[in-house]
Amino acid sequence: MIHIDLLIVGAGPAGLMAAKEAGTAGANVLLLERSHVPGGQLVKQTHMFFGSEEQYASYRGFDISEILLDEIKKLPNVKLALNATALAVYDDGIWAAEMDGASYTKILPKAVIIATGAGEKSLAFPGNDLPGVYGAGAVQTLMNQYGIKPANRVVMLGAGNIGLIVSYQLLQAGVEVLAVCDGSPRIGGYLVHAAKLRRMGVPILTSHSVKQAAGQGRLETVVLWELDKAWQGIPGTEKVYRADVLCVAVGLSPLSELLRQAGCEMVYVNTLGGYVPYRDSFLATSRENIFVAGDVAGIEEASSAMVEGRLAGLSAAKFLGLSTPDFNAKRNDCMTQLESLRSGHAGERILSGLAQAVIGS
Amino acid sequence: MAIDEKSHILFTKPLHQTPMIYYHSTNTDINLKGDYMRISAHPILDFERGTQVSFTFDGVQVSAYTGETIAAALYAAGYRTLANSPVRHRPRGFFCAIGNCSSCMMVVNGNANVKTCIELVQDGMIVETQRGKGTL
Ligand SMILES: Cc1cc2nc3c(=O)[nH]c(=O)nc-3n(C[C@H](O)[C@H](O)[C@H](O)COP(=O)(O)OP(=O)(O)OC[C@H]3O[C@@H](n4cnc5c(N)ncnc54)[C@H](O)[C@@H]3O)c2cc1C
Ligand code: FES
Repeated sequence: MIHIDLLIVGAGPAGLMAAKEAGTAGANVLLLERSHVPGGQLVKQTHMFFGSEEQYASYRGFDISEILLDEIKKLPNVKLALNATALAVYDDGIWAAEMDGASYTKILPKAVIIATGAGEKSLAFPGNDLPGVYGAGAVQTLMNQYGIKPANRVVMLGAGNIGLIVSYQLLQAGVEVLAVCDGSPRIGGYLVHAAKLRRMGVPILTSHSVKQAAGQGRLETVVLWELDKAWQGIPGTEKVYRADVLCVAVGLSPLSELLRQAGCEMVYVNTLGGYVPYRDSFLATSRENIFVAGDVAGIEEASSAMVEGRLAGLSAAKFLGLSTPDFNAKRNDCMTQLESLRSGHAGERILSGLAQAVIGS
Repeated sequence: MAIDEKSHILFTKPLHQTPMIYYHSTNTDINLKGDYMRISAHPILDFERGTQVSFTFDGVQVSAYTGETIAAALYAAGYRTLANSPVRHRPRGFFCAIGNCSSCMMVVNGNANVKTCIELVQDGMIVETQRGKGTL
């Protein structure tokens, strides 16, 4: 059994920042990451990030993850375990993890931060289970992390930021992007990303969705059709593409199962992507020793995930009785940064979602 | 059905759904191998391959590089079907590639239910298609 001050699950931007902050305050931290590389979504992001300077904007995603990792390595009281998946939590507060392919490891932490990120959503249409119908993030992993060309011809479903960015990265890897489609009448992602694709000649079909995907044992054709105002397909508007991959980029949903299992009170918030835990504005859930940070608390961006990670790290350190003299200044700084990241048009959705999940303070 | 080769678009009536055939690895898409390769030139990324190793997939020798996951190595070798759905035996490829969805579970060195999208290849590994839920 491992006894530890703070267990952090997930070494994406949120978990790494949380480990840095709590580790700096003096907590003994065990950071579990199920992948063989830390960094979460960052490791496959080849584009320059938006956000502000404090959150490393204008660096490429994979560089940001290197920077964070270097800082963690300076802290001897923070241990990062790779190939380590948190599987369950029991009523006695013991967490079980599979570490390095071995059997269950038991961990008894005084405090926990859940920073497990998010999973890709799918969409219901005939043939959506065929090999060749993949999450856009999966295709990005294959291409940017492992350097494997995922397809020759791709249709992208979803014109949000992920759909647009991954389409552009597919072009960079020498893949033909036949079309990007989105059910909504407007492009959801930033126009800079959409404009890049249009300049490269990729059609972006708004008010279009997938009617069906078909093929013998693997994807061969994708049928798109136009949607009317009620989002119903219009017969006669079908377009059939010969594609070997259909990327699904229809949004993410928080990987919040461990929080539910731990007994945290949950709430379904559409604008945050799914079930998220109720928490106070300093990220404490309804279980007093469990904190949350990043996409698992509601789908946002790496910039806010990093600030939330820092904030959760501070809150956990305080819970552990480790608050430092500059605690209040640091916490106020986090609150101000989050406020500014959530100002503006895109922040409105997030703020309306948070209003349903954040209680008291 | 006439296909406009330039745009790869054709207009037609809805296609039939995939028939319910039990797909095993022996009839996978190995013929696509040549088209799907490891990227060597990229405007932003440099890919450092590990050392070359080999493993078997349902008895067939597959070569790979250390640092690749089993699913990534199989993909590069032209395989698309990693599993079959338990009830209707429909072919399954990967979906998330980061260990979330369980679409890629295979039998590795005799252990069932290994998520091959996050399990790294090792020289001499024995990878097999899983039937049903697997045994302990
Ligand atoms: C294509 C794309 C482009 C993006 N572009 C931008 C951008 O330009 N700017 C920006 O700010 N944001 C961007 N983002 C969003 C950003 O990447 C995410 O919001 C951010 O990574 C969320 O951080 P996180 O730490 O909460 O989760 P993640 O990065 O998802 O990390 C979670 C980690 O937890 C691990 N994990 C999950 N479950 C377990 C478990 N049970 N046990 C152990 N480990 C576990 C996962 O393996 C993962 O490493 C982009 C995302 C994508 C997909
Ligand atoms: S593809 Fe989702 S778990 Fe492997």
